[in-house]
Amino acid sequence: MEVVGKSMKRVDAFGKVTGEAKYTNDLCPKDALIAHVVHSTIANGEVLSIDTSEAEKVPGVVKIVTCFDVPDIQFPTAGHPWSVEAAHQDIADRKLLNTRVRLYGDDIAAIVGVDNVACERAERLLKIEYKEYPPFTTVEDALKPEATPLHPDLRKTNELIHTSFKSSPDYDYEQAKERAIREYGAEHVREYEQTYRTQRVSHCHIEVATSWAYVDVNGKVTVTASTQIPHIMRRVIAQALGWPVGKVRVIKPYLGGGFGNKQDILYEPLNAYLSVVCGGRCVCLETTREECISQTRVRHAVIGKTKALYTTDGHLLARTLDGYANKGAYASHGHAIAASVATVYKDLYNDAYGCRADMTTVFTNSASAGAMRAYGVPQSVFLADCQIDDICHREGFDPLKFRMDNCVGKGFRDPGNGITYYSYSMKECMRRGAEYIHWDEKRKAYANQTGPIRHGVGMSIFMYKVGVYPISLETSSARMILNQDGSIQVELSATEIGQGADTVFTQMASETTGITPDKVYIVSTQDTDLSPFDTGAYASRQSFVTGKAVKKCGLELRNRILDYASYMLGRPVEELMIHDNNICERILPEGAPVQADLSAENGYGYIADGSKDENDRYEGWLDADVKQWNIDDLPSGKKSILRDTGKILARPGKVLLSMKDLAENAFYSLDRSEHITAEVTNHCKENTYASGCTFADITVDMEMGTVKIDHLVNVHDSGTLLNPQLAEAQVHGGMAMGIGYALSEELLYNEKGRPLNNNLLDFKIPTALDVPDLKAIFLQMDDPMGPYGNKALGEPPVISVAPAIRNAILNATGVAMNELPMTQQRLVAAFQQHGLI
Amino acid sequence: MYDIENYYEAKSVEDAIAHLAADEKAEVIAGGTDVLVKLRAGKDVGCDLVSIHEIPELKGVDRLTDGTIVIGPATCFTDITNDPIIQESLPYLGEAVDTVGGPQIRNMGTIGGNLCNGATSADSGATMQTLDATLVLQGPEGSREVPVTEFYTGPGRTVRKRDEVLIAILVKPEDYIGYSGCYIKYGKRRSMEIATLGCCVRVKLEAADAKQAEAGETGGTQDSSVTRREDAASTEQKNAAGSPALPGAGFRLADVRIGYGVAAPTPIRCRKTEQMLKGMAADDPAIYDIIATHVEEEVHPRSSWRASKEFRVQLIREMAKRALEQAILRGTGKGTPGAGDFPPVELGREQEMRETMTQGAAEAAGTADGGEDTGCGKGGEHHA
Repeated sequence: MEVVGKSMKRVDAFGKVTGEAKYTNDLCPKDALIAHVVHSTIANGEVLSIDTSEAEKVPGVVKIVTCFDVPDIQFPTAGHPWSVEAAHQDIADRKLLNTRVRLYGDDIAAIVGVDNVACERAERLLKIEYKEYPPFTTVEDALKPEATPLHPDLRKTNELIHTSFKSSPDYDYEQAKERAIREYGAEHVREYEQTYRTQRVSHCHIEVATSWAYVDVNGKVTVTASTQIPHIMRRVIAQALGWPVGKVRVIKPYLGGGFGNKQDILYEPLNAYLSVVCGGRCVCLETTREECISQTRVRHAVIGKTKALYTTDGHLLARTLDGYANKGAYASHGHAIAASVATVYKDLYNDAYGCRADMTTVFTNSASAGAMRAYGVPQSVFLADCQIDDICHREGFDPLKFRMDNCVGKGFRDPGNGITYYSYSMKECMRRGAEYIHWDEKRKAYANQTGPIRHGVGMSIFMYKVGVYPISLETSSARMILNQDGSIQVELSATEIGQGADTVFTQMASETTGITPDKVYIVSTQDTDLSPFDTGAYASRQSFVTGKAVKKCGLELRNRILDYASYMLGRPVEELMIHDNNICERILPEGAPVQADLSAENGYGYIADGSKDENDRYEGWLDADVKQWNIDDLPSGKKSILRDTGKILARPGKVLLSMKDLAENAFYSLDRSEHITAEVTNHCKENTYASGCTFADITVDMEMGTVKIDHLVNVHDSGTLLNPQLAEAQVHGGMAMGIGYALSEELLYNEKGRPLNNNLLDFKIPTALDVPDLKAIFLQMDDPMGPYGNKALGEPPVISVAPAIRNAILNATGVAMNELPMTQQRLVAAFQQHGLI
Repeated sequence: MYDIENYYEAKSVEDAIAHLAADEKAEVIAGGTDVLVKLRAGKDVGCDLVSIHEIPELKGVDRLTDGTIVIGPATCFTDITNDPIIQESLPYLGEAVDTVGGPQIRNMGTIGGNLCNGATSADSGATMQTLDATLVLQGPEGSREVPVTEFYTGPGRTVRKRDEVLIAILVKPEDYIGYSGCYIKYGKRRSMEIATLGCCVRVKLEAADAKQAEAGETGGTQDSSVTRREDAASTEQKNAAGSPALPGAGFRLADVRIGYGVAAPTPIRCRKTEQMLKGMAADDPAIYDIIATHVEEEVHPRSSWRASKEFRVQLIREMAKRALEQAILRGTGKGTPGAGDFPPVELGREQEMRETMTQGAAEAAGTADGGEDTGCGKGGEHHA
């Protein structure tokens, strides 16, 4: 590949550095009205009345709406593709403003004024009467019989959903135990039981959740919003207002971080409604940081009660998870994240007898938990990998060897959903990580330490589904338009959210069309009236799912260009190709396979022998040696995937025509005028796994309760890297997020259910000074599922950092920290309890 | 947008006081890094602000002919840290205020505001206590001097009246000449942080008698070295070749001053502990036990959701030892730059620990001879 795989500079680099790139609030008209949301000051109860009479008199106040005024419509907020089957639709459990208060700070009224000072002055004059119920913020309390059900219309108790996943339908832990004793003898079989807890954290994207809305002259309510999912937002706003979808338009400009929080619909429907009730005037609703932390979405806190059965020689036989996910007040993404906790827990290790993973999602009076980077998998891997290291610590096993012997294997296929691990390099990732951190030497050197300063190494592994198929719809559309100068526009709706999507899509479009990246103009802003349909930027799907649409669209555009070139040059299409903005002669090497269908479905090429059998194609891949493929050097004698066949095998010959001349002719020819465009939808029905690991080398100062990270390395198998420099940056960001998750971040509540630290002073994300030098290593296995051999990388970097640090603390001190975050106070208390200080 | 009714930029101290006196709703603002935060949180909304930010005589650091250092209260933290007089004479104060928030905050926030805000967590607080600084307040009735140790009346409260302006912070020569010091800020992260605990220890070293000094340098012959070995053996943490010498050999503690932030509702001094340490040999291991044990009796930390009392007590004990050690090291010209950073930037410490560890492993294997004090080690974790 010529463009994909190169560290091309971000297409938005200069615009973002100079401030020319416009974000949502940069674009808001200066005379927009300001919306201010009034939040409840109780955590559980009902609003009985709101007296607005004094507040209405404050100069500058334009409109006050309360929970008694809004339409009686409940709507879902999850950033999932809509399901046409009612049973699979997201839970519709909230209104624009709510009389039933389900968390401290629930949205009970909104004030629109000329500025925030007028709104805040008005808020202080509101007289609000509540009926209060006892609040509960923990799963344990929410499941007690006396806890008031938060959504009695949907569920009789606070249990939202319970699921049980098993490696095989007949698996049973107790039977496995009997079998183990029978097969290995009781003296060779051990059991380990432990409970682990992860915390509630906020995404802390720097650009808060924000939007502005007005009703346009065509009657459409037009919302400009900081969102990952403009097309889904359009549908949800329509649902919330009870309007047809066509009357809603969403525009998404540059965005300053989302991490899954903006894969949910937040205050945008309320914003649209406030504009409508203010006669269509422009209203801006920008959340404060406090609101953004405690009133949008958080990561699910998870409690995992685990059991494991293993042999004294280090074979994992069976595991069991009974877990609970704290949903908070509203369903948001429902049980999907808890299900993800369960599946990865189950799949990550290859239990000889099997595994059962049960998860229950429970409503509580706290911040609603939704999507956050890696969607339940950081929690899952924390449970799984604390358990593994605890077993190793107890038995004196080497955690690296134990994982090598017991981790998910090559060719794994999830029995539940059929997702298959095509390009596999979990073990190679571990080898590379161990080598970098000097695992063996350090394990030896750190044995038998004394004194208050201790060193330790720890590791953790992960696997991650690249997209959501077949669990959910994966659809993506792309449009490409040729300009008169031979350049193109690329329009997509999987958005740029800082991850570099615009850049890698530019590279993909260039790679497939043969038009150089400087002549590929990606339209960064999404506008649901203009941009082709795509469900958005979430999961780690864009480069995989949307990438396929880009490739398919690029192939189609290329074919149309070549068709026109064929007309202009009077030569058959088969003799032509596009290279470096020119139509060239297409030279095929002697003796090379010539099966090349440029319109191949999904953008795939054919197998060298011409076979089109899908399964055969993939099986052939699984048999292939583990190595990095050089596309121009396909192994002989093996069935191989020839991606983008025409490009791989053909070489450009003599230049026949420039793209500029071709385009000009196509636009203005008196003989055959044609606006050359391409627009496709790709329904992605493929999926695969990305994987990797983290190794940490740390120093613990036990008397001060501090953990200093000396070395931290993530090794990733994310297939072919589209842009190595962007990939590295992505990993660094995820690792930093993982450090905060491990050591310092947690959203806390008091006994009344009031959030204590919903600000960036007290919610401790790491600063630049807290993040050590980070190392990212990549194993570039070309994946047959990825459009360019690529797999997921957006979310995975965060997954295995916290358990690696935790396991390093265990190695350093012998103290097992079973609850995140491992704060200084918790560490000091644990070291005191163990008599170490 | 902040809910401020009026804003007045005072031209002089007298002008500021006149405006404050004339308007009961008026409050002083300097850098605004505390006042505006409170306003944003809805406290004192609708107030009038009188700014002293542009008054030249309230800025900068000066030294009077008698050696008294005069710190202008409207001097921002960055300028305090970079001031040559501070760097020469009160480097630990410069270090302390360099731990405030982040660079932007340090460019705006002022040292006078740090004191007048009355917070126990103020990063200048502990150090000011140990300096016995004098605060000069000027109001409509004239000016008065208040020792910083009598300035605070409770959390967020001071003796300053609403219409008084802090016009100078004085540090007398007898309170800084010959002293070395170290401020350690303990936070949950390295920057953008309010102290969970702050500790400043300052010492004045003077030469012990010649015999002691010699013994201290050669090591192994005086009584304290025996204690040192026992101490090391009992805590099982020192290398097999013997415990390293403590810093300050040949010196005794002519004076010790211990100040804390967040160890009580206001910044405090630990005078009883200071008295116990005065006159002791600087390399006597007992000083670390004394400081850890006795400061605990003089502090009043509380449990909050930010930190438990038990956790704070552990930090209070540990930080006192580390700040004392560093202050003594600096007094002997061997201090570690950045030792006041938290977690401490310990140059060479990792290497040292690796060696210790390897030797510890060797000891466990029975190959080390164990226990001869060579006196050449670096002050490490001897005081656990």
